Amino acid sequence: MRMQTKTVFLVGLVFSCAVIFVGLELWSILSSSNEELSNSPLDSDLAEIRVQFKAPLPKKRDLNCRMHSCFDIFRCTVNENQLISVYVHSNNRFVDDGGQVLNKELSQEFYDLISAIVESQYYTADMRKACIVIPLIDILNQSGQYLKGIARILANLPSWKDGGRNHLLFNMLPGGPPDYNSSLDVPIDKAILAGGSFATWSYRSGFDVSIPVYNALTIKNIHHPLKRSSEWLFISTQANMKSAFMMQLEDIEKEHFGFLVLNRCPDDPHHIHKRCKGKTTYHYPDILQHATFCLVIRGVRLGQSTLMDALMMGCIPVIVSDDYILPFTDVLDWKRAAVRIVESEIHRIPAVLKEISASEIMDMRTQGRWFWNKYFSSMGKIALTTLRILNDRVYRHTAWKYEDWNAPFLTTKGTETASLLPPLFFPLRPYQNQGFTAVVLCYDRVDTMFKVITKISDTPSLTKIVVVWNNVNKAPPSGKYTAAKWPKLSKPVKVVRTKENKLSNRFFPYNEVDTEAILAIDDDILMLTPDELEFGFQAWREFPDRLVGFPGRVHTNQNSSSRFKYESEWTNNVSMVLTGCAFHHKYFSHLFTYMMPSYIRDWVDKHMNCEDIAMNFMVTNYTGKAPIKVTPRKRFRCPECVTESLWADPSHFVERSECLNEFVRAYGHMPLETVEFRADPLLFGEKMADRVKLYRHIGSI
Amino acid sequence: MNAKKRYSLIFLISLVCCSTFVVYRRSFRSWRRLSSAVTSQPPKERKRPFFADIKDEFILQDRIEFQSERATVRCTMETCFDRTKCLNGFMVYVYPIQNGEKISPLFGKLLKVLRESRFYTDDPQKACLFIPSVDILDRDNLSEDYVHDMPSKIWSLPHWNGGINHIIFNLFSGTWPDYTEDLLFNSGKAILAKASVSMEFIRPGFDVSFPLFLKTHPQKGTGSPEIAASNSAVFPLHRKYKLAFKGKRYLSGIGSESRNSFYHIHNGDDIVLLTTCKHGKNWQLRKDQRCDKDNEEYDKYDYDELLKNATFCLTPRGRRLGSYRFLESLQAGCIPVLLSNGWELPFSEMIDWSKALIQGDEKLLTELPSIVRSYSKEQILAMKQQTLFLWEAYFSSVEKIILTTLEVIRSRLFPNKAALLPVWNSFPGALVALPHYSRDPKDFPFYHINFETSSEKFTAVIHTTTTVVRDSTSLFRLIKSVGQSSFVSKVVVLWTSDAPISHNKRWPQISIPIVIVRPETKTGNSRFVPRSVINTTAILSLDEDIKLNSDEIDFAFSVWRTFPDRLVGFPARGHFWSSGKSQWMFSSTWSNQFSMILTSGAFYHKYYNFMYTHHLARRVHRMVEHYGACEDIAMNFLVADITKKPPIKILPQKLFQDLYSRNTKHSQLVQLHDHRQKCMDTLVEIFGYMPLMKSQVRMDPLLYRDPVSNLRKQYRLLEV
Repeated sequence: MRMQTKTVFLVGLVFSCAVIFVGLELWSILSSSNEELSNSPLDSDLAEIRVQFKAPLPKKRDLNCRMHSCFDIFRCTVNENQLISVYVHSNNRFVDDGGQVLNKELSQEFYDLISAIVESQYYTADMRKACIVIPLIDILNQSGQYLKGIARILANLPSWKDGGRNHLLFNMLPGGPPDYNSSLDVPIDKAILAGGSFATWSYRSGFDVSIPVYNALTIKNIHHPLKRSSEWLFISTQANMKSAFMMQLEDIEKEHFGFLVLNRCPDDPHHIHKRCKGKTTYHYPDILQHATFCLVIRGVRLGQSTLMDALMMGCIPVIVSDDYILPFTDVLDWKRAAVRIVESEIHRIPAVLKEISASEIMDMRTQGRWFWNKYFSSMGKIALTTLRILNDRVYRHTAWKYEDWNAPFLTTKGTETASLLPPLFFPLRPYQNQGFTAVVLCYDRVDTMFKVITKISDTPSLTKIVVVWNNVNKAPPSGKYTAAKWPKLSKPVKVVRTKENKLSNRFFPYNEVDTEAILAIDDDILMLTPDELEFGFQAWREFPDRLVGFPGRVHTNQNSSSRFKYESEWTNNVSMVLTGCAFHHKYFSHLFTYMMPSYIRDWVDKHMNCEDIAMNFMVTNYTGKAPIKVTPRKRFRCPECVTESLWADPSHFVERSECLNEFVRAYGHMPLETVEFRADPLLFGEKMADRVKLYRHIGSI
Repeated sequence: MNAKKRYSLIFLISLVCCSTFVVYRRSFRSWRRLSSAVTSQPPKERKRPFFADIKDEFILQDRIEFQSERATVRCTMETCFDRTKCLNGFMVYVYPIQNGEKISPLFGKLLKVLRESRFYTDDPQKACLFIPSVDILDRDNLSEDYVHDMPSKIWSLPHWNGGINHIIFNLFSGTWPDYTEDLLFNSGKAILAKASVSMEFIRPGFDVSFPLFLKTHPQKGTGSPEIAASNSAVFPLHRKYKLAFKGKRYLSGIGSESRNSFYHIHNGDDIVLLTTCKHGKNWQLRKDQRCDKDNEEYDKYDYDELLKNATFCLTPRGRRLGSYRFLESLQAGCIPVLLSNGWELPFSEMIDWSKALIQGDEKLLTELPSIVRSYSKEQILAMKQQTLFLWEAYFSSVEKIILTTLEVIRSRLFPNKAALLPVWNSFPGALVALPHYSRDPKDFPFYHINFETSSEKFTAVIHTTTTVVRDSTSLFRLIKSVGQSSFVSKVVVLWTSDAPISHNKRWPQISIPIVIVRPETKTGNSRFVPRSVINTTAILSLDEDIKLNSDEIDFAFSVWRTFPDRLVGFPARGHFWSSGKSQWMFSSTWSNQFSMILTSGAFYHKYYNFMYTHHLARRVHRMVEHYGACEDIAMNFLVADITKKPPIKILPQKLFQDLYSRNTKHSQLVQLHDHRQKCMDTLVEIFGYMPLMKSQVRMDPLLYRDPVSNLRKQYRLLEV
């Protein structure tokens, strides 16, 4: 019995060990094979493929190709995400009948490029679903390639139909001796070429993609941390330029201060990191960070990796390479990152550089750094940028805009802005008078509301009154039973019942409002004369992109702390007009309801307060423009209403200040702008006969 | 020991065994990987070669001229253009019109604009660009404007030289049935400014894609701005029809496919695409079964009404790639939806059309409804404004179109003196925000990236005619009150009198520098010459006889900082339309509205000095010289033309000394008013329209004439 127990114990031990061990091994094998199968064409073993000679070679690159003529858009089925799908052929070794290998081994750069694509959202493992097909042949560098063999491989690809439509090839260093053509010398017919050295005549605009020559040899060998300085105004480091260019540069160097022209070191002429001036040796590319401008000049090819080195080191490129198509030229604004000089005017470099202001230099450096970090700093970024450009060509109406591709501008305040103008920029003009609609928010103060609408109905430009009845529990005074109570007015009155008692209802863009101008008015504003309202409206027509209103308020900054205080004192400044009586464009109602951060709208509804402050924040943040206070009037409510209003309550101001600070937090900054002026009628206060004045009844208090 | 315990023990022990084993395996594996990495490279982590080597970086070969490629190359600015002719100025020579030469009215307009432009020269030796006075606009040989014997006419031009530095304007080429882009003569190395040009035909970076416009296109001005481009073109954002089109349908031939398929997406409700077969002589013979139904629908709608009431306007290709419809949509603020595959859009080198229109694809016609419906209100607002802005800035007149063409070419020649793309594509555009002045957007008053910092100051520029400086002169008093301002950095006195400048000691003692300048000429133009002594953005322009105190100046300056793109100042004038005389009249009476602020007391942005001197037509300068006045009206026209906004009036009108003072004789007043009226007539003629805008508003300090204690007011001097 005891023995038995022991045996069972041992056997059990061994057995369970074995089971768990086998299980673990199996699991690890399975999981690793899963990795292998994670559909990366790069990881598959090099299969040898014998290339058929029967297939006709592709035709010469078709220079007339454009997206609409050489790209089959139907292969990019309309896709929910508006993303193109990209297929990559697997990594094969192609051999011809004689057993000669036709394609070169993958370089690290090409491997990185393809890995980035395979890991991207564009990748598909299904060739039939592919919108774009990438042959896995490393032709980044044309030199040392068997060009005819490459063409043969392309012709043999199962996807290569119809002249190679929808195929994408990457090449950074095209051409070879003696001519060094500016595009890949492989016949590729209708395939898209992402090339690194295009000239204006070889680039099929809107079809090919121009990519940079990646600085693979130098990117790993910079000495961190970078220390930018402006020791030199201009540095020339390239050792591969025409001797005529070099002579001109050396002349400039002699005559101008701050110019440094480097060449190879005589003792070690083939060292990529060494440049010399006389006996002084400099480390390349480290030296580039000590210059404001760096020369990028054409060698045998138009595209040069020096461009990448300069951007990497924060040096503004001075590009001397006629006809060169700059990298990603379709989308990147190089004028904001680089200086271009015609080859015949190298001697004018000092004069041109002199005219560039310090603030432009700042902007160019910002843009250059932005380019480097976003699009150039790795092969993966170059690959994905290329695909993004193709994606935008296929799905044009969701394409990135200029502002998405290029760096934002710095304002004089130090903030950033993507565009030079606010979203509402067109000078809206005093168009034909369309009139305005008054929107009165009412809960239950029917009597004063009646008085208000009676009073304002005399304003000539008023076309309609919309009463927003915010009381869910009580029906608005209806025509049937209380018809006598509704005042008879010369203007139409519409009543809108809301579903919930929310303060933000005041700024809902009601269909009943059919004018651009809206007068938001409280149900107890009784002091305004028709003349004042009419003038307010006319002033709004001159400033339709601002809030134009009567009660003015200002925010103050307490002891320069970050806390703000709400002021209603009669001060010399104004930064808000209260929407208890203010004109605004209907578009702002739309923005308030649908585009403003919902957090702010919820705050307003929860606290039943500050909808007017929220409106001021939103409008000023959107337009960058301060509101306009019209006429000197400062009292608006009927004398008997004042006591019952919440204005008498001191806690009111505490709450309003809290709103201010809450909204500043929500926006991340204080958007309000303060001004010192108000708008008055042109003849207000002039000692003239009243009858010549357009607006006579302008109250002074 | 019961079974339960036993088994759990077994399990525990086996677990321990296994975990030790796993840990061992893990460490073994990583060790193996490490060692293998050192010794032999495993296939997965193999260090791959670089794609390029030092040879690729350092190849040096002096004779690389891309010969084999260039042999097949069509023109580029480097190969077919002589830029040395342009280094001494960007001037344009227009050949004199030969006797008996047939010139269409439109081409006549075009030549007139060129002759009146700032770039015009009558000396071919000084010219950078040459414009043949041979009408090449219409090269459709079935058209009545077609000019025969073109080759001999062109080749006999004395400076032709294979077409180098010549520009050829063309609106139509080719004819039925294939409408090729051939001009029917060899234009050689001339730059083509050609409408309806295809991406295949255009020589990129050399030819210019030109818009197609009607014969009635205004020569200059913007037509009637108050109605045409008011914000009724922008709002409401969603109009009655989402997508609209009304036009011909070709039953066969080039350009017919799209239009024949419109009925698929026409729904008669918010997508209204109307076609008619009724055009040409024999339409009855070729009509298909849909023609009668289509024609009936077609007659129900009016073209202009559709344009005004549609959010998006379909602009398909016609027989040629471009159409009149394209500019008409832009003008109406109707967002164009293009169906014209392969069309190189007008001035596409500079204009970012993706912000103003939708590029449809003829092949994907059926996708259009869902695409136009996917645009939000915010996107529609942005695009509508952009269409209107582009129309106004670059297409609204023959003059703008021509100047844009020249500016595109100039930008290629001098890339470092060319406007940035954001400047081209932001209001008011690159014809106004001139790159000669600056490439930095911060130097212009138009963009919201330059909110002035509070430390910003201004320079006061005082125009004098006096010969002496004494305590009692108004100049003396004015300098003193300017000196009391908190924001003034410098006073510049323009000393126009021939008398010697008064001795130093006589000048008032103020804490800021006073610079006295003898202007080049005595005309009013010299007042707006950009001067290096003015180093602030803001300029306060003053006449010596104006009476202002420092509070008025400081308040006006604070208002100017809110409106840096406008004239902000004190003496106001107006204008009105006299239907009796059917002309614009100058008005100096006080009224309920104004449209001008005289520069005898006004703040403005330094940039307008540059604009006045270098951008304004030279005829304006001559007019100012002739009348010895009116430079202030010219300045108001200039600023209003650029900004499309009225100036800003500060505080109530005072009895400014001006020339209206009591000791000025009545006859002088009448003469002055007469001159100003004549100036206004001339300016309206030169600008081609009336740019001035009226305003009813004036700006006062918040507590101005308020019953609160004066002590609480910031600007107390205004209250006495």
